[in-house]
Order: sequence, then C-alpha cells, then structure tokens
Amino acid sequence: MVIGEGKPIKEILAMIEDRSKILLAGCRGCVTVCCAGGEKEVGILSSAISLARQNQGKALEIKEVTLERQCDPEYLEEIRSIVDDYEAILSIACGAGVQFLAETYRTTPIYPGINTNFIGVTQEQGVWAERCQSCGDCKLHLTGGICPITRCAKSLLNGPCGGSSTGKCEVDPETDCGWQMIYDRFKELGCLEQLEVIIPITDWTTSRDGGPRKIVREDLKL
Amino acid sequence: MRLSYPTSIKIVKLPCTGKIDVLYLLKAFQSGADGVYVAGCMEGDCHYLTGNLRAKKRVEYTQKILDEVGVGGERLAMYNMSAAQGARFVEVAQEMTEKIKELGPSPIKKQKSEIRSQKPEDNMKESIPSPLAGEG
Repeated sequence: MVIGEGKPIKEILAMIEDRSKILLAGCRGCVTVCCAGGEKEVGILSSAISLARQNQGKALEIKEVTLERQCDPEYLEEIRSIVDDYEAILSIACGAGVQFLAETYRTTPIYPGINTNFIGVTQEQGVWAERCQSCGDCKLHLTGGICPITRCAKSLLNGPCGGSSTGKCEVDPETDCGWQMIYDRFKELGCLEQLEVIIPITDWTTSRDGGPRKIVREDLKL
Repeated sequence: MRLSYPTSIKIVKLPCTGKIDVLYLLKAFQSGADGVYVAGCMEGDCHYLTGNLRAKKRVEYTQKILDEVGVGGERLAMYNMSAAQGARFVEVAQEMTEKIKELGPSPIKKQKSEIRSQKPEDNMKESIPSPLAGEG
C-alpha cells in the first residue's frame, strides 16, 4: 500500500493561515491502514487545528469528511454539493488523492496534510517499511523475491557494492544490504547458482525516467 | 478513609486506561479543560497486561500535539497508582491542581472568554483539571 505520515501541524497551519472555513478530507484507502489519513486522523487533525486557531484567536470552521478513496472519481463526486461552501480543502490522502481532488475541483485550493513516503508493508503495528519503487519492470523472479531496486540504496542489479559490510548497507548501519538478503534467500532456497545469472542493463523508461506513466486497458473501458 | 480531593476535578471513568484515545484528550482541551491527567494502574499490574503502557505512549504523543498547537504539553500528565492507594490519589489530585493553578487557565479558555467581549461574569473561573481515570 501507499504509506504516508502527517505533516508537522505548524506547516499545515501556515497553509491555511488566511482561511476561515475549510473542508478536511480523509481517505479510507491506504492512508487509513497506515494511520496517516483515515477517519480517525481526520478527527485528531481537526481537533489539533481547532485548538491552534482558538489559541490564535482566529476562528476556523472545519467540516470533516472521509471518502472511500480519493483516487477514484466516483467517490470525489460525493462532496461536489458542498465543496463551494468552503474556501479550501485540506486533504490527508496520498499525493495521488490530493492531485485528483485538485483536478476535480479546479476553483478550490487544495492543500496536502500528509507527506506520501513510499509503497510498502506493515512490518508490525506502527512500523512500515518500503518494498517497491514501482519501476514498471518487475525483476523479483530473478532476485529471490527481494527487490534490489528498492532494497539496495544504489539499486544495483548484479550483486552488492563495496559498501556492504557484515550484512549492512554503508548508507545506514540499521539498513540491511539488499544483495546480502538476496544471497541469504538464494541460500535458503538452495539455488545459489542463480547469482550467476546476469541481469541486463535496465530500460528505465518504464520507471520515472519515461515521465508520468499511464495504463490504458481498452477491454475495461466503457 | 474519607479523604477529600479538590472539587475542580471532574472524573471521567474508563474501563482501562488502554481505552484512552488521543482524540479524547484533545477534545477535553477543546471543551475548556485547563489540564488533564490520566490515572492508570501501576505499570506491570494492568489487568489487560499493557493498557496503561499504551495509555502512556498516547499521552506522550498528545503532549507533543499540545506543544505544537500552543496549549502546552505540560497541561497533560499520566500518573500510575493502584486502586488501594486512596491517599496517593488525593496527593496526585492536589499536585496536578497546584500545577495547573501555577500554569493558569488554558490559553484556549482565555481566548474564548476574550471573544465573549469581556463581560464581567465571564471572568476566569477556577482552573479545572480533569482526570481520565481507568481501572486497567
């Protein structure tokens, strides 16, 4: 899922400084699961902002809504009838949701209330970690199910660099070396010979180097 | 025992301090509380094992928010005491009340009363610390 975390309240307060009536929009998708932008976080952020504004003596009216998803047009339509009643929308969905709101409601300023960090997993309650950089050309079948693009700080595809030491990455002693993990995995699977397979030079146009990406499925279009 | 504690304290009962939520604490301040303290069981004695330890973390998280919004994290506290420590309950109630009196009324309450155009009857009332007491 997409993982995010709340922006510092001071940063949010600066964005909405001149506003007196805002819509605070959460999302029931990924950001609910990673506790950054769901219904509960809408409530907490709304309370925190209200306290700050009361403290400043500048009244602020906040309407709290949490949409099923902010990355699908049908759910964004649910607020069409009330959007014009507010000066701005503060969205705590991921960056995709914030932008889709801006595209949908072109005359209403949209502010982001969270930072979108990565595509990752819940390692344990309260701990999330990155696993995918959405490069658009999955190589996990060649690397024992461990992504070298994501787990190696240099995204190396054919073994570790000289910065790998006692299984850790030189970038951060807490970070496992991606290629050490791939080696250990192949060993567990009993197929260390897989390390001899050379992964050819990557065509990064399927990743960010090709500009914003888009998928069109004619079979699904209405 | 018949011990008395400050009348400014309003008790909100919860089944366990593990039921404490960041939002409950923030709402108390929004409603005009000058201070809030959470009274949980002794660490290691939680009937639900970790309720009071979870409450402690949530209190710390909420203190940071209160600092960020200018209310002040020092207006929120967590204390641990057993159900058999009536005297300790009174001691904590007095300690917290004194602390809040020193800090003065919540800035939120101050703003509210200033907005109400300085009517004499709206002058600051006595500080109200409100404990959220759990049995867990």
